Amino acid sequence: MSLTLILLTPLVGALVLLAMPRRLEGGIKIVANVAAWAGFLVSLPLWWQFDPSSADQFQFVTRSPWIPSIGAEYHTGIDGFSALLVLLTTLMGGIAITASWSAVSLRIKEYYIALLVLQTGVIGAFIALDLLLFFLFFEVMLVPMYFLIGIWGSDRRLYSAIKFFLYTLVGSVVLLLGILALYFHLHAVTGVYSFDVTRYYTLDVPPRLQFWVFLAFFLGFSIKVPMFPFHTWLPDAHTDAPTAGSVILAALLLKAGTYGFFRFSMPMLPDATREAVPWIALLSLIGIVYGALCAMAQQDWKRLVAYSSVSHMGMVVLGLFALTPTGITGSLIQQINHGVSTGALFLLVGVVYERRHTRQIDAYGGIAAVMPLYAAIFLLMTMSSIGLPALNGFVGEVLILQGTFVVSKVWAGVAGLGIILGAAYMLWLYQRTMFGEITHDENRGLKDLGLREVFTFVPLIILAFWIGLYPKPFVDRLAPAVQRLVERVSPEIAAGAAAAVHAVPDAHAAPAVPATTHPAPGVH
Amino acid sequence: MDNLQAIMPMLIVTLAAMATMLAEAFRRKDERMPIGGLGVIGLVGAIAAAGLLWDRNAVGFGVIQADNFSLFVTVVVAVIGLFTIMFSSEVVEREGIPSGEYYTLTLFSVVGMMMMASATDLLVIFIALEIMSIAVYVLTGIKRTDAAGTEASFKYFLLGSFSSAFFLYGIAFSYAVSGSTRLDALSTAIAQSASAPGPMVWLAMGLLLVGFAFKVSAVPFHMWTPDAYEGAPTVVTGFMSTGVKAAAVAAFLRVFLSAFEPLRGDWTQLLTWIAMLTMVVGTVVGVAQTNVKRMLAYSSIAHAGYLLAGIIAASAIGKSAVLFYLASYAVANVGAFGVIAFIATRERNTGELTDFTGLWYAKPMLAVLMAVFLLSLGGFPPMAGFIAKWYIFAAAVNEGFYTLAIVGVLTSVVSVFFYLRIVVMMFMSSNKAELEVPPFGIVGTLGLALAAIATFYLGILPTRLIDLATQSISTIF
Repeated sequence: MSLTLILLTPLVGALVLLAMPRRLEGGIKIVANVAAWAGFLVSLPLWWQFDPSSADQFQFVTRSPWIPSIGAEYHTGIDGFSALLVLLTTLMGGIAITASWSAVSLRIKEYYIALLVLQTGVIGAFIALDLLLFFLFFEVMLVPMYFLIGIWGSDRRLYSAIKFFLYTLVGSVVLLLGILALYFHLHAVTGVYSFDVTRYYTLDVPPRLQFWVFLAFFLGFSIKVPMFPFHTWLPDAHTDAPTAGSVILAALLLKAGTYGFFRFSMPMLPDATREAVPWIALLSLIGIVYGALCAMAQQDWKRLVAYSSVSHMGMVVLGLFALTPTGITGSLIQQINHGVSTGALFLLVGVVYERRHTRQIDAYGGIAAVMPLYAAIFLLMTMSSIGLPALNGFVGEVLILQGTFVVSKVWAGVAGLGIILGAAYMLWLYQRTMFGEITHDENRGLKDLGLREVFTFVPLIILAFWIGLYPKPFVDRLAPAVQRLVERVSPEIAAGAAAAVHAVPDAHAAPAVPATTHPAPGVH
Repeated sequence: MDNLQAIMPMLIVTLAAMATMLAEAFRRKDERMPIGGLGVIGLVGAIAAAGLLWDRNAVGFGVIQADNFSLFVTVVVAVIGLFTIMFSSEVVEREGIPSGEYYTLTLFSVVGMMMMASATDLLVIFIALEIMSIAVYVLTGIKRTDAAGTEASFKYFLLGSFSSAFFLYGIAFSYAVSGSTRLDALSTAIAQSASAPGPMVWLAMGLLLVGFAFKVSAVPFHMWTPDAYEGAPTVVTGFMSTGVKAAAVAAFLRVFLSAFEPLRGDWTQLLTWIAMLTMVVGTVVGVAQTNVKRMLAYSSIAHAGYLLAGIIAASAIGKSAVLFYLASYAVANVGAFGVIAFIATRERNTGELTDFTGLWYAKPMLAVLMAVFLLSLGGFPPMAGFIAKWYIFAAAVNEGFYTLAIVGVLTSVVSVFFYLRIVVMMFMSSNKAELEVPPFGIVGTLGLALAAIATFYLGILPTRLIDLATQSISTIF
């Protein structure tokens, strides 16, 4: 399937919605759901058709001129990591839209249009192989998300929406300056104006320029991730966003930041990357511990999950900047995991919020008695989030720790502390909301999950077990991309990289893999 | 015949303006007459004529040059005029603006703008400037019963005359330098003395610079802008914030990049400061405004700063940046003022920020279009403003004006803040009180839709216009 089709499917859905009369509420919902899940279906072949053994770095490449006078092209293609991210995007997009069925009643036409446009922007950012095109999609994500928070959000939505917008905007314009500097350097060296990402992978950038460009890219991407100390927009944005907005924000938008490191900062500026490692590790570690401590202190359920995101994303960045094959593999896997588990956690908050219209943790308690199925799924996702073996979080965290440990035992130690704290706040949250006596009478009559709601969780549960028990197909798809990155950023350990990457997953490939989750027939 | 060829676009618009004047004279007191239609015919004719003249390089009377540069600006100005007339069709009547005079003056000022872009003689540029300006002064105060409009008009007129005087003085000194008011003669004279330019040259350059800076509303000559923009009828504001600026920038480009090109190193230094100040003042003061027209006035000051940055950095890559910026700024800005004009009623026509409360609930399409225009002004993809700003900053970085680029980037972030304030009011205000929006007809809706389509088109597929802009600016330097 061509990437352009995947990119355009949600956009076409949005255009159809635009033409629909406002009063056909049922029809609007159906069209939105169809468009989103059709988007998932057309992206699904990427899983089989992507060939990890191919010698090409990027597959499914489409190239055509866009603005020839400045060398900008419509250039898209994917490697193993972006293939997984695109699949995650189309899946989470479908889930987010289905989850909104009864949650949103105000201006639903525009709501679904915003979600679908947002989806287009995210897919575009993950498939763009042209810096300007990437930047365009990177910014396009901003506007629909801003409207989602600002119009369909809760209490302090205006404040949160503006904060989200301005923070991200500052980051992205600095990113733009960085892109410009590189662009003109390329022109100075080769005499060509081009935004072609692959050209920059072989470009030799002088250290001083690398430093400045890296700084600019870092600001742009780390605000998006978000890394300490740029994380303060995230809890606000998450808390006030509607459920679907939070799901997409956590599962996908944050990944655009780490994807930026992976795709642009690191391979384009390898020397600066190596120089920056200690600083970035420091910020990541602070993020891990500080995010976890903040999460522990929250009274607001959604805010707690948001802070847990800060902590987990710190982990992701730490693994990435360990610059070891294992660490990077773990980081990439963990990004998918974070999308799955945090996405699910936000969905779960959304479920009870829709019923009770409060996110205060102390407004709940004893919910397991009235909503057993809900409690079971919540438990599963809590375990996934804190990295219980056999679930997805474990695989990612172990790989990250292992990859970090060989670089610095201290880092691995602090990160391990973060994991323990993570277990503490999540279990405490679970305990306060699910167990104990029902203290609020309103909670006695809560309905358990309906069929539609269960449907939104099923794919995430399958993924949690699949990655937890048999991560090999995922790791295989990532291996060439990791290998290439390691060769670029740490050539000295690149030699043994392939072996290490392949050795690791075998250790976790549990002997008994349930037949239902046995995947990936097409991996050659 | 060649002479007439070169002035054909202006001639057509002039004829149209005269036709509107006659039509008004023959109109019975209460007769409704589609006078604006005559203007549309004239402007479309001018665009067609400009298309036919493309690449011909016709010269008229030795002082009007219909090169690709002036034709590009001619088309931009004509398009601005078209949008203005389309938006005016309902507004003029509702606001009680005398329609005959209104259309005539608009068309005459368009002629002035076209002439300003085409003239290659300082005196002709001055005449064009006056044709344009006097019409706009009158348009600003065209509602004679409106105190704010009259005040604005008077201020604009006084300060404008001042700047015209400066400009004229500059011409006098130029004449002293070269013995001619023609740009090519001036260019030769300055090139000869470029190594050690005398005080006359500096005076000429400085005074001309003041005149242009006033017309593009660059700091510190921007004082008139907020008052004039706020006081003028909204459709007129849309027209003058784009058309006057386009014409002034065009003449600025021609004079400074051809005649004063040898001294470029000197004037760019001065202009860099002016540009940075303009961006900063425009955005920072813009943030504090509570009136949308005033806010957009400061926004247009900031945009003048970006345009100046484009002039400063005009070179290999950014050569066409200014012209592209001009076009994308024009469609977005004229569209934004169109929306403001549409939601105004006879009583509520000052463009207060609170007038936009809950617009999305009353007229969703208007709110969405306004958001598109504002985001384009803020430089958001996939709207035209993004590519335009990208181009300017790329040119600045390329030419080594890093500070300028950084200031530009930062101010454009800050400017997003006030564009968003309007968006917040329209979409996110919890006060859903019924906002009464007067009905508007098919012509105005079509105009807004076209402006929005142009905004997206230039943002997504800018190549065609960039190529045209590059071709046209190549003819002057």
